[in-house]
Amino acid sequence: MSQSASLPLVASLLDAPLPVSGIAWLDAVRRENRAAFAASGLPDTRVEAWKYTTLRGLGQRSFASGDTDAQTRVVDASLLALPGVDGARLVFVNGAFRADLSVLDNLPAGLSLQPLSQVLRGDAEPLRFALSWPAPVRHAGEVGDAFARVNAASAGDGVVLRVAAHAKISVPVQLVFVGAAAEADLAWHARNVIELGEGAELTLVEQHVASGEQAHLATLVSDIELREGAQLHHTVLQHAAIGVSLVRRDNVRLRARARATLHVLELGGALVRHDLQAELIGDDAQFHTRGVFMPHGRQHIDTQLAIRHQALNTISTSNWRGVANDRARGVFRGAIVVAPGADGSDASLSNKNLLLSPGAEIDTKPELEIYADEVKAAHGATVGQLDERSLFYLRSRGIPLAEARALLTAAFCRAVLDDLPNKALREHLSAMLVGQLPDA
Amino acid sequence: MSMLKIENLHARVEGKEILKGLSLTVNAGEVHAIMGPNGAGKSTLGNVLSGRDGYEVTAGTVTYNGIDLLALAPEARAAAGVFLAFQYPVEIPGVNNTYFLRAAFNAQRKGRGEKELDSMQFLKLVREKLKIMQISDELLHRAVNEGFSGGEKKRNEIFQMAVLEPQLAILDETDSGLDIDALKQVAQGVNTLRSPDRAFLMITHYQRLLDYVVPDFVHVLADGRIVESGDKSLALKLEEHGYAGIAASHPADPRQAGAAA
Repeated sequence: MSQSASLPLVASLLDAPLPVSGIAWLDAVRRENRAAFAASGLPDTRVEAWKYTTLRGLGQRSFASGDTDAQTRVVDASLLALPGVDGARLVFVNGAFRADLSVLDNLPAGLSLQPLSQVLRGDAEPLRFALSWPAPVRHAGEVGDAFARVNAASAGDGVVLRVAAHAKISVPVQLVFVGAAAEADLAWHARNVIELGEGAELTLVEQHVASGEQAHLATLVSDIELREGAQLHHTVLQHAAIGVSLVRRDNVRLRARARATLHVLELGGALVRHDLQAELIGDDAQFHTRGVFMPHGRQHIDTQLAIRHQALNTISTSNWRGVANDRARGVFRGAIVVAPGADGSDASLSNKNLLLSPGAEIDTKPELEIYADEVKAAHGATVGQLDERSLFYLRSRGIPLAEARALLTAAFCRAVLDDLPNKALREHLSAMLVGQLPDA
Repeated sequence: MSMLKIENLHARVEGKEILKGLSLTVNAGEVHAIMGPNGAGKSTLGNVLSGRDGYEVTAGTVTYNGIDLLALAPEARAAAGVFLAFQYPVEIPGVNNTYFLRAAFNAQRKGRGEKELDSMQFLKLVREKLKIMQISDELLHRAVNEGFSGGEKKRNEIFQMAVLEPQLAILDETDSGLDIDALKQVAQGVNTLRSPDRAFLMITHYQRLLDYVVPDFVHVLADGRIVESGDKSLALKLEEHGYAGIAASHPADPRQAGAAA
């Protein structure tokens, strides 16, 4: 059906044995998604959502399936440490849960935190709705998200996190996905299901880190559901190995008065794709995202933000900064839809970008579709360079050129982290941004 | 040895020759005023001395404390003690004024092989300078020049100068756009910093700043070179007769106008 089925990447992903759960509906979902992926293959740049991100290079590579040595890979404890983050922790190495690296004792009341592999050995029924996505192909020509299908077919582990109604988890919960060097380039997958009950509160820190140089392919799909009045603070630090291909999707659903705030830092990886989709399905729901993507060298980092306002008086704010250096490429698409009936909604989107070298490129595309009444909406995107006047001003005061560039670039990104409440974490992330700059 | 010796300086901006053989000598402890009509090359002189990109020196030399100033990067000039108070100070959102000033202060010290100050030591120094300059410490907590009024920006330049303690301070139209109170405050700041080890080059269009900062020498810059030098009475003469009168008496004068010193 698809000309891309013959690509080494597709062939190697289709070759991987499907995980077997013994749960009829889940094994059926896996088979269906495998079949759908076999039929669709990879999207090419004619598909709008992949217009600026070509998979031509990735398509020529093949990956071994999973990591049989995931339990014994040595991971330095310093990789997992993060200032201001000192609570429960779930760690995965090449997609497999590592009990020895995780911290799961003394969980606060109302918090349930388990690896998916464990949950599936018990009662999997509560996960049925979340894990049944993407739905089977019903119409000829229907494709959907190829990587989400790969993930749905192949992911055997991940995070299952639940916060009980009205429980307030103030100590940050840490989710760490470690890519560890292996004998071959691996494909690994993780499937996460996160649910906040009515009025629940959670602070979550998600890390993607590297243990040694490697060029794995990882896919992660997270289903995040916020019930009425729930509040989520979610910080994502993506600092994967420089050779890694990392494809992530977050599907966030917010019910009435729920509020999610995301801070995202995209630093690592060779080819990085992040689909962040939010549906504001309850009145007065709020979704706030702030992010920085900072590709350098030959990195390619693509963020696709899709927000759907579907209820009355819903609010979304999106504030993203891109900084590209060397021959790197950044892609940002911010698509906001205010659906019919979502009257009184307020949507604002800003994406400002900085090119630090003539070979760097950033493609940005804000899209706004409004079908409701009395909507407030604002969106804007810019691409520019460091201001020569500012650089000279700093140098004339004695600050060397490289330091002046770093200072101005950090200032450019600072607005994104300004409202991160965890001060120690904010300062650490700020320092990481500066550390990514050339000669800083 | 003179602190600054400019000889037969020629400079171009965007292919157009602006400085056409400027010579000037400045010694430690002296205050020189450079006056002249718009377009004479006053700001170009300040920019060339501080090393701004886009200013091409085509002939002549600038010797500062015995070294070739033009060979140094802007940050190296700053570390060597050259300071330019900008005509239009730049707003830098997201960079805290104190942080910026400490980065500059320590970079200069590092450039000179001196020990850097930690934030507590630096804050102490800054508070002393604020007191001397009679500036409110509210300025410390804001981003560099962001949202500052014209007067605040100029005062911030003088404050930076007070902290960085340059040997050669070039004030590029620091008086422009100031009301009389702000002008007096800026002048008072400059006067406080006058010392036998420090020299000032005050570039100005108007005589009024010189009522408050009395220069040792006044030079008239016209069409890219110094056409007349004298003491402070020259400024008064200019006030009376205007630049047209001076320029008329020096039509295409090829003479190398030497400094009065």
